[in-house]
Amino acid sequence: MKTPIFVLSDVGYSYPDGLPALRKISFTIMPGENVVILGVNGSGKSTLLKLLDGLYFPTEGTINAFGKSLTERRLQDDSYAFAFRRRIGFLFQDPDVQLFSPTVWQEVAFSPLQMGLPKKEVEERVNAALSVLAIEKLRDRVPYQLSEGEKKKVALASLLALDPEVWLLDEPTANLDPRTQDWMIEFLLSLTDKGKTLIVALHELEVAEVIGGQAYILGEDHHLAVQGHPHEILRDEKVLLQANLLHRHRHFHAGFEHRHPHRH
Amino acid sequence: MLRKNFAAKTLTGLTAAIKRAVFAERYARLPGLLQGLDPRGKILTFLALLIATAVTHRMEVLMGLYLLTIFLALASRIPLDFFIKRVWLFIPLFTGAIALPEILNVITPGRTVCTLATLAAPINWGPVHVPAEITITEQGLRGAAILILRVATSVSLSVLLILTTEWACLLRALSSLRFPKVGVLILGMTYRYIFLFIKVAEEMFLALMSRTVGRSSLREQQHWISARLGFLLNRSANLSNEVYLAMLSRGWNGQARFLDDFCFQWKDAVWVAFTCVVLVGIFLLDMGLK
Repeated sequence: MKTPIFVLSDVGYSYPDGLPALRKISFTIMPGENVVILGVNGSGKSTLLKLLDGLYFPTEGTINAFGKSLTERRLQDDSYAFAFRRRIGFLFQDPDVQLFSPTVWQEVAFSPLQMGLPKKEVEERVNAALSVLAIEKLRDRVPYQLSEGEKKKVALASLLALDPEVWLLDEPTANLDPRTQDWMIEFLLSLTDKGKTLIVALHELEVAEVIGGQAYILGEDHHLAVQGHPHEILRDEKVLLQANLLHRHRHFHAGFEHRHPHRH
Repeated sequence: MLRKNFAAKTLTGLTAAIKRAVFAERYARLPGLLQGLDPRGKILTFLALLIATAVTHRMEVLMGLYLLTIFLALASRIPLDFFIKRVWLFIPLFTGAIALPEILNVITPGRTVCTLATLAAPINWGPVHVPAEITITEQGLRGAAILILRVATSVSLSVLLILTTEWACLLRALSSLRFPKVGVLILGMTYRYIFLFIKVAEEMFLALMSRTVGRSSLREQQHWISARLGFLLNRSANLSNEVYLAMLSRGWNGQARFLDDFCFQWKDAVWVAFTCVVLVGIFLLDMGLK
């Protein structure tokens, strides 16, 4: 039987000022699974991803990653930390956070270099990642000269260069034009075709349906409101209204105005 | 023409800062003499030339070095007016203020070039002695000229190095020259995020201007700017925390690693040899003077 990637048991997290971000979250994620975490702004999606990446640690409950408990103490051991970081890639919501190197090439090379890979392999991985995302022409550019879509692609290339098993993606389609958004969805689906485990935080329900797999909805009370297949959950108006992912407002259909629960 | 207010001037200044930096990076990509050299050799030779500029006492040597920087700027396809303006814009302001008193006989006694004022009697304030006749002296003028020329040459060499080397290459070269890697990383990140914050600040000013009708007092504008500075500081603290998490997530363990892909070629050897000849020449000329 396969070892689960993550097992969360009654995980809670509170900010240093005592405000809760997550309460009693429990679920298991298996290798190759697609997981969509849905919720409104401030429901704790990003915090949950940071907990899974070992950047924050639960104030209640436990997280097991790859069969071992994920603790701050364990991640202080370099050999464990490197092995863990090689298996998990995290795309931050704001690409400016992730692009801290002076050029695109150096940015993509950052992780392989930190992992101590040989020079030749680093070069091969960086060139391959730039080529897959068709951004070779950006290699010597500096991050502040890039568009939002290009920044997202560079951030993805920096993960691709490490080729992790698990991809944690925080709002990957946010602030992208429709064409780049479609490209991003295609890219995510290509990762699932390769057997990667995707854990995607979203608030766009349409994108969640396309990615499929398992969906978890975080309520505004920071609890896990519901879990199931996106196709089933996203048709349950009551649940969506409760989680504030659906709201009643007026809009137009072929020139006439009416009002009913609506999602974007 | 409308008079620009405090906020508009700040906005113009921020935009100009971005444009200047981006525009200057273009020179580093031109196919010129200095651009084609290995940045490591360039840093070391420019450092040696800077030390020579700081220690030489001969005006002819300083003039020769300054002319060398002009020649190097031309050979590196940097527009001369841009280069000269960049160097000389602040020299009168900062060095001039220091050099000006030096030309007077109050500081540097010597042969009189011209008399500025005649007092009724000499003044003595403790160790300070002001003669009855205040003059500009030949020795004072020479001392001031050497100081200004030394600063101009040093600034020219630094500007030339920065203009002809891409920032990323400069940082990589520093790291391969055993400059502390964490220091290099901090420099790189500072440069990277300065642009982000300039952009944020620019957007805040635009938002203010779009909501401002009529005139606001200077005091109101200063109050708004100080409040925004606090906001920017807060935002930079949050961003630094997020950037640190992003670095941790990608394997950062406190030790920076860079890929050194520089190649020392025959033209670099020629440049190093030429610099050595110049340095020996300066040394011999200085010794000859003594």
